[in-house]
Amino acid sequence: MKGKIKSSNLIVHIILIIGAFAMLLPFIWMIITSLKNLTESTTIPITIMPKDFKWSNYIDVWNQLPFAKFYINTMLMMFFRVIGSVFFSAMAAYAFARIDFPGKKFFFMIILIQMMIPGQIFIIPQYIMVSKLGLLNTVTALVIPGMVSAFGTFLLRQFFIGIPKELEEAAILDGCNRWQVFWKVMLPLTRSGLVALGIFTSVFAYKDLMWPLIVNMSLDKMPLAAGMASLQGQYSTNFPQLMAGSMIAIWPMLIIFIIFQKQFVEGVASTGSKS
Amino acid sequence: MIKQKNTSKRSDKKLKVSEKDLNDYYWAYFMIAPTIIGLIILNIWPLIQTIYLSFNRTGDFGINQWIGLDNYKQMLADPIVWQATLNTLKYTAISVPIGVILSLGIAVLLNSKIKGKTIYRTIYFLPMVSAPAAIAMVWRWLYSSDFGLINYLLSFVGVKGPNWLTNPKLALLSIVVVGIWSYLGYNMIILLAGLQEIPKSFYEAATIDGAGPIRQFFSITFPLISPTMFFVVITSMITGLQVFDLIFMMISKSNAVMESTQSLVYLFYNYSFVMNDKGYGSTIIVLLLAIILLITVIQLKLQKKWVHYE
Repeated sequence: MKGKIKSSNLIVHIILIIGAFAMLLPFIWMIITSLKNLTESTTIPITIMPKDFKWSNYIDVWNQLPFAKFYINTMLMMFFRVIGSVFFSAMAAYAFARIDFPGKKFFFMIILIQMMIPGQIFIIPQYIMVSKLGLLNTVTALVIPGMVSAFGTFLLRQFFIGIPKELEEAAILDGCNRWQVFWKVMLPLTRSGLVALGIFTSVFAYKDLMWPLIVNMSLDKMPLAAGMASLQGQYSTNFPQLMAGSMIAIWPMLIIFIIFQKQFVEGVASTGSKS
Repeated sequence: MIKQKNTSKRSDKKLKVSEKDLNDYYWAYFMIAPTIIGLIILNIWPLIQTIYLSFNRTGDFGINQWIGLDNYKQMLADPIVWQATLNTLKYTAISVPIGVILSLGIAVLLNSKIKGKTIYRTIYFLPMVSAPAAIAMVWRWLYSSDFGLINYLLSFVGVKGPNWLTNPKLALLSIVVVGIWSYLGYNMIILLAGLQEIPKSFYEAATIDGAGPIRQFFSITFPLISPTMFFVVITSMITGLQVFDLIFMMISKSNAVMESTQSLVYLFYNYSFVMNDKGYGSTIIVLLLAIILLITVIQLKLQKKWVHYE
């Protein structure tokens, strides 16, 4: 019996390792290519390992495009979107979960409707709005569409519903008003939900491509995703440098993910359960 | 702290709404205000505006002119739009089933008693946290017909690798592969969470009854994971129908395969922001909205046939 278990485990591992290799191969190839010089990368037959490690590719690419600005813009965008969406969604989620107020169903419909609609529908008028406000080409423009979140409200509402009512009732009996109940009792108890939403919002902000492309025209206002698009235009043939640029763009998020992967995974898993 | 009395100072118990309730209502409105107001300004009103725009032609200075259903007539007769719709549907029809089945397979494997689950999880999820722009670039390089790794590896088995991104028949499929690769980890984690909720005792009882692993999968695993599967399928379809980033980054504008690859959202972007015809762009995106709503409704109806609810 033991022998049987061992061999089936082995098969499982083999399959998983093959899959893992397929997942990692592009990343590995990205790193390897970024360290080659141009001629090396375009010689046939292809060489796998670079002869010398051309770190200068990274320096060159960094100097060609304002990566520092890309980073700052991306971080600002992520930061403000997270603060806004988490805070506002939590407030609204608590109200929907725990307070029975007139018009509740109607307002919740607004949330549900928004969740079913693809985001591109809103883009043209949002663009016109931002343009009329004179906010084109600013970081503010990057932040605005992500400040409130229907999805976040929906998600956090699920979390709030799961908290036992006794805790709230005790606080109310103690004389707390709704805001205090929310702030002091409910919020601390939904930490994992808040973290999950924060993670979702940041990753989505980091990956957002179309919006930054259309509202920010000048390079130094672009976040990483849009900046990368312009990188491609400039370097369409120098692949090692393109790969170096890609590495610069993705490694911060990869590191953050690897450090916080428990929270990431729990956050993602919670969105699928009983929605 | 003052104890809240559950009576109001007015004509008391006959009043349906107590002071405490009113207080609650004020708080409730206050707390939903930012989100609701935000959603109305940023989403509901723009939704109406986009639909309105689709009935207009946007002129040279952004001046809109009402043209009624002309945009729609033009769109329905436009072969480019039909092709893009086909491309989008093709992309979704291929990437979703394959992607979800692969994700389920990996999730089932990860659900077994093996070590190193965390490492596997992390590795499979990496594509999801990487900027699509960067992913597109490295895949473009992998797919390169002369210098790409894929064709190089194929040459070892004596196959001359095709032009993955310049052959009209292959380009869309090449992008499908990248799409599946990107979302595998994400779907897997959601499915894994669903699998972990299935009590082990079910499997133990089935084993005692003599059911093999395959029988167990179809009798226990599949029905119990079907709600989660349903969620994953629907979200994957909606995401798939909106495909844009990968196409934008992997297929250059001058590439002849563009016509057999571009998606509806890509067309939308092109018309609205490159060619500046926001009217026609709006029409296209309204079409996508209709398609998404239609498919979602169909899925919701179909779920009664295959999704098992407790």
